[in-house]
Amino acid sequence: MSNQFEDTLRERIAEIHKGGDEKYHVKNKEQNKLFVRDRLKLLFDDESFMLEDGLFANFTAGDLPADGVVTGIGKVNGQTVCVMANDSTVKAGSWGSRTVEKIIRIQETAEKMRVPMVYLVDSAGARITDQLEMFPGRRGAGRIFYNQVKLSGKIPQVCVLFGPSAAGGAYIPAFCDIVIMVDKNASMYLGSPRMAEMVIGEKVTLEELGGARMHCSVSGVGDVLAANEEEALAAARRHLSFFPANYTEKPPVIEGKAPNPNAKDITTIIPENQNAPFNMHDFIDALVDEGSFFEIKKLFAQELVTGLARLDGKAVGIIANQPRVKGGVLFGDSADKAARFITLCDAFNIPVLFLADVPGFMIGTAVERAGIIRHGAKMISAMAEATVPKISVIVRKAYGAGLYAMASSAFEPDACLALPNAQIAVMGPEAAVNAVYSNKIQAIEDPQERQAFIMEKRKEYQEDIDIYLLASNLIVDGIVPPSELRRELITRFTAYSSKQQVFTDRKHSVYPV
Amino acid sequence: MKNVTANMAGTVINVLVNAGDTVSAGQDVVVLESMKMEVPVQADADGKVAEVKVNIGDFVNDGDVLLVLE
Repeated sequence: MSNQFEDTLRERIAEIHKGGDEKYHVKNKEQNKLFVRDRLKLLFDDESFMLEDGLFANFTAGDLPADGVVTGIGKVNGQTVCVMANDSTVKAGSWGSRTVEKIIRIQETAEKMRVPMVYLVDSAGARITDQLEMFPGRRGAGRIFYNQVKLSGKIPQVCVLFGPSAAGGAYIPAFCDIVIMVDKNASMYLGSPRMAEMVIGEKVTLEELGGARMHCSVSGVGDVLAANEEEALAAARRHLSFFPANYTEKPPVIEGKAPNPNAKDITTIIPENQNAPFNMHDFIDALVDEGSFFEIKKLFAQELVTGLARLDGKAVGIIANQPRVKGGVLFGDSADKAARFITLCDAFNIPVLFLADVPGFMIGTAVERAGIIRHGAKMISAMAEATVPKISVIVRKAYGAGLYAMASSAFEPDACLALPNAQIAVMGPEAAVNAVYSNKIQAIEDPQERQAFIMEKRKEYQEDIDIYLLASNLIVDGIVPPSELRRELITRFTAYSSKQQVFTDRKHSVYPV
Repeated sequence: MKNVTANMAGTVINVLVNAGDTVSAGQDVVVLESMKMEVPVQADADGKVAEVKVNIGDFVNDGDVLLVLE
């Protein structure tokens, strides 16, 4: 029987599925942007599983299909996830009251189901004409951020940014675990370039003010810079593959792989000269399962490397100094980067591995004025509070507070290991001899005699910080040959996997910020 | 014209290029010593060295110009 009601319904659904007016689809294509429903196809394993709520939101308005946002449930790597996705063909993805209500409801669903929440953002911001209904109230846009804060650390929250994320909307990415930005198209800003010119008189381009590359390399608000939308969505899937559905579960384990056969021989990577640079990425490649390293904040504060990887198929978070960049010295930004990454791993039961080769925290006027002490405190605090299995490896040297920040013995790592060439000290031999014998050195007039004195004192100092002496005093838990480090780490992380620890009893710390 | 700047405070211990040399993005051009570490500084673009602004032994701050590329 021909059912007129059903025909009408099907027509209406098909109409809504098309999104906004054709001209906006054309504009999308010109900007190398995909339609929101095509983005969802790329995100999910299989679109047939997709459930959608609120398809008819603002249906009666006539020209606002789904009220500019798709909300629903699908599967990513076999795991159920909740999603909100702005439709840039509907009033530039702007938010009306139903848009906001839909976002709030899918967050509530994610919370109840205890599954990850993915935000696919491409929105011009609030519809000023609807502000009374969508901005200030109990279930106004503020509620979205309240929910995000509440969900943080409870379920993974992932943001992929395809276009603008403006003004208040810019806080959606800020509260997510990871922000993946599409180069040239994605942007985040509180005030647009036009507003910046009107209000403070600054003339600036959108790319300079809040572009993807700027945020991923300078501000650190962005985590992954993707060349296009396909790459961005693949990165979101990859990120989620390391995470459990929620904080009560363990991360998924996959079949292990040997390290890349083309990786450098781990025994040849570290130069004998303590002060010469090497590339920590070579060391990581030689250590982890082939192709498993997923770097987070690759372009930001590159003197420290952070990323997720697998050791024999099991997820691990790596925090490694990078001697190739700025000598591997810790700065305010690198300390922030570490604090954030450690918190991410600890929240979702991903063990952490510290690879230390650090001359210390940076010194000098510029960094003191920038508050390096409070930034460093964030890193030390996050590292100390982490109760996941935690292993620290002194790859070459760990001096000063750099030693503390890289999870050394006092901070209760499950093990603090050293490679045989490792040096642990308040400061390196050159600096230490200068500090202790400065007056004596100045008093020796003959340059040769002075140099001989310095060399002799440095040698004595080296003997005092000899790694076997430290192991003998139980300062490090073991000395491991580089060629056996991978096996040692796999064995130890497996052994520590039953670790159950509560850091301490209290409401929360007074966070150093 | 593009500047290659110091990415941290330190002392210039080696200048690896001369005016007139062609450099490519990512190439080490100057080595600083800072925090007792050798810190190579790379050109961030391809170009020809128009001017070397520093000498061995100079102290430079974060952001100071080391080379000018054209």
